[in-house]
Amino acid sequence: EKTKTSFLDQLSKAVVGKSKVDEEVLDELETVLVHADVGIGTTVKIIERIEKRVARDKYVGTSDLDRILREEIMELMEENKGGIAADFTLPDTGGQPYVIMVVGVNGVGKTTTIGKLASQFHKAGKKVVLGAGDTFRAAAVDQLKIWGDRVGIPVVDHGMNTDPASVAYDAVKKGVEMGADVVIIDTAGRLHTKVGLMNELTKIKRVMQKVIDAAPHEVLLVLDGSTGQNAVIQAREFTKATEVTALAVTKLDGTAKGGVIIGISDEFKIPVKYIGVGERVEDLQVFDKREFVDSLFSKNK
Amino acid sequence: MFENLSTKLDRAFKTLKGQGSITEINVAQTIKEVRRALVDADVNYKVAKTVTDKIKDEAMGRDVLIAVSPGQLMVKIVHEELTELMGGEKKDINITGSPAIILIAGLQGSGKTTFTGKLSNFLKKQGKGVLVAACDVYRPAAIDQLSVLAEQVGVEFYAERESKDPVSIARNAVEHAKKTGKKVVIIDTAGRLAVDEAMMKEIYDIKEAIKPTETLFVVDSMTGQDAVNTAKTFNERINFDGVVLTKLDGDSRGGAALSIRAVVEKPIKFISTGEKMEALDLFYPDRMAQRILGMGDVISLVERA
Ligand SMILES: Nc1nc2c(ncn2[C@@H]2O[C@H](COP(=O)(O)OP(=O)(O)OP(=O)(O)O)[C@@H](O)[C@H]2O)c(=O)[nH]1
Ligand SMILES: Nc1nc2c(ncn2[C@@H]2O[C@H](COP(=O)(O)OP(=O)(O)OP(=O)(O)O)[C@@H](O)[C@H]2O)c(=O)[nH]1
Ligand SMILES: [Mg+2]
Ligand SMILES: [Mg+2]
Repeated sequence: EKTKTSFLDQLSKAVVGKSKVDEEVLDELETVLVHADVGIGTTVKIIERIEKRVARDKYVGTSDLDRILREEIMELMEENKGGIAADFTLPDTGGQPYVIMVVGVNGVGKTTTIGKLASQFHKAGKKVVLGAGDTFRAAAVDQLKIWGDRVGIPVVDHGMNTDPASVAYDAVKKGVEMGADVVIIDTAGRLHTKVGLMNELTKIKRVMQKVIDAAPHEVLLVLDGSTGQNAVIQAREFTKATEVTALAVTKLDGTAKGGVIIGISDEFKIPVKYIGVGERVEDLQVFDKREFVDSLFSKNK
Repeated sequence: MFENLSTKLDRAFKTLKGQGSITEINVAQTIKEVRRALVDADVNYKVAKTVTDKIKDEAMGRDVLIAVSPGQLMVKIVHEELTELMGGEKKDINITGSPAIILIAGLQGSGKTTFTGKLSNFLKKQGKGVLVAACDVYRPAAIDQLSVLAEQVGVEFYAERESKDPVSIARNAVEHAKKTGKKVVIIDTAGRLAVDEAMMKEIYDIKEAIKPTETLFVVDSMTGQDAVNTAKTFNERINFDGVVLTKLDGDSRGGAALSIRAVVEKPIKFISTGEKMEALDLFYPDRMAQRILGMGDVISLVERA
């Protein structure tokens, strides 16, 4: 369990005996942010904003710093708006299933997140269909099927080493036929540097649109919360290939802070919707900006 | 995304034209740029600070050559220093004993199972009889995953599908390897977080039960600042012998390599560069240093100058 201590506790060393924010305090702030994977670019941006405020407001005490910092960071992060609501009610898609395509690099937690999401929708009384679009990684189809069984929902699969686009097509079609509320398509993990594999995602998308014009209604990019600055590049490249509409950040039950998503949501205006906090089916939470910012400044253990 | 380090350094040095050598005063800004570049490459902040302090000492007083820009000279110094830090004595994987027992551990999704397959392939090609054992009883289809890889590679596979006790599975696997005269047995384990006390105890218990010849810690090269915490805790609990750095086929800078090396002082023994069973390589410190600095071209430029 992480114990939450305030940002001020962390800064106390630099701040002791001071009543104003100065160079040293800002340096300490840089350390705190960088330690949380916020990244130099975004960190410098945040510090510059604070410096401006310090200059404008003339007198900013260190006790105001905590509040100001939170405000600045919150402002950098996009509101979690549109799409699926916190209670897993879905936007109106004119009677057709809401299609979610899940993408990301290898091992970030795509399949697990799908299992958890499916369970949430199922619990909210929605009819769910899954598509086993990872036909490449060893036993990937089996893994998704086990999740399907756990939740008690159908999984459309063509087995291993088949065309993922055709799996996606069939899953969406089955969703329509069944009158499903939501169809979630798993895809194989792929590094964004592999052009062929990125093009494959575009193809999977296009094929689904033969069944439902607007599909996929959501492209969910899953990021591993312990990833460093490479996550920014992942967001950029996956957005280029598939127009990512939402982010899920996993493994935040560890000691990694996931600060890289601040810069990402500032640069790309893609909202973080979910966070993964464990391996069990219930370990998925709707992202809460305020809580997240708090956790950035909490000490580990 | 960010300017290349050498450009930044050249700018930092621009005001210093005419000064013959690197001094305490003119190096401060440069060192800050180097530190930021390292942090950008996901080197742990504290490690970056220690490293740049060392670089500063090294750089001080060196002549700024006319043929090379001061920025490039600094880059050369940084590169040398990083290589040195990640290098040292090269240690190969230890596969003595009958059988040699190799234990694989790490965070979730880091690439352990894939690496288990790759290592078995690597050793099999050396003509050794290998057994891989599935001791991840948690992740859905983890056993199937390893089983598929073992079949692909053509090595023997051990699992107990009904068992929920990884310690006993590991022990039995070693027994089985002995009985069947295998040269090496590789134990794949479940992914676990360093803060998960029950799971950390489990890996400790597995290690105690089988007394491996070699324990390898598998880490994703995309890991950020947290790599240090994780490596430290795993090392405290299981005192691993070496590190495997995965997913280096992407464009991650891999600063975690430097951080881990600096904090736990264990050698990086393998790098993983793809999903295929052949995508396994040995670790070269100089290449890794270049990667962290993001400057393949700059180095050769400096070398030629
Ligand atoms: N601690 C923790 N582990 C997680 C979380 N989400 C996923 N995992 C674990 O991370 C590992 C990888 O998860 P997967 O769902 O297989 O990841 P993936 O992105 O589908 O992987 P590939 O399909 O191989 O690219 C598994 O061991 C999961 O149990 C999380 O929020 N917290
Ligand atoms: N591109 C690339 N992918 C890799 C590499 N190593 C592993 N992977 C992929 O990363 C994902 C996770 O690999 P696994 O071997 O399942 O990881 P793990 O550590 O066993 O995961 P858990 O057992 O869930 O903790 C899979 O999609 C692998 O194919 C690599 O070097 N490069
Ligand atoms: Mg998957
Ligand atoms: Mg595994």
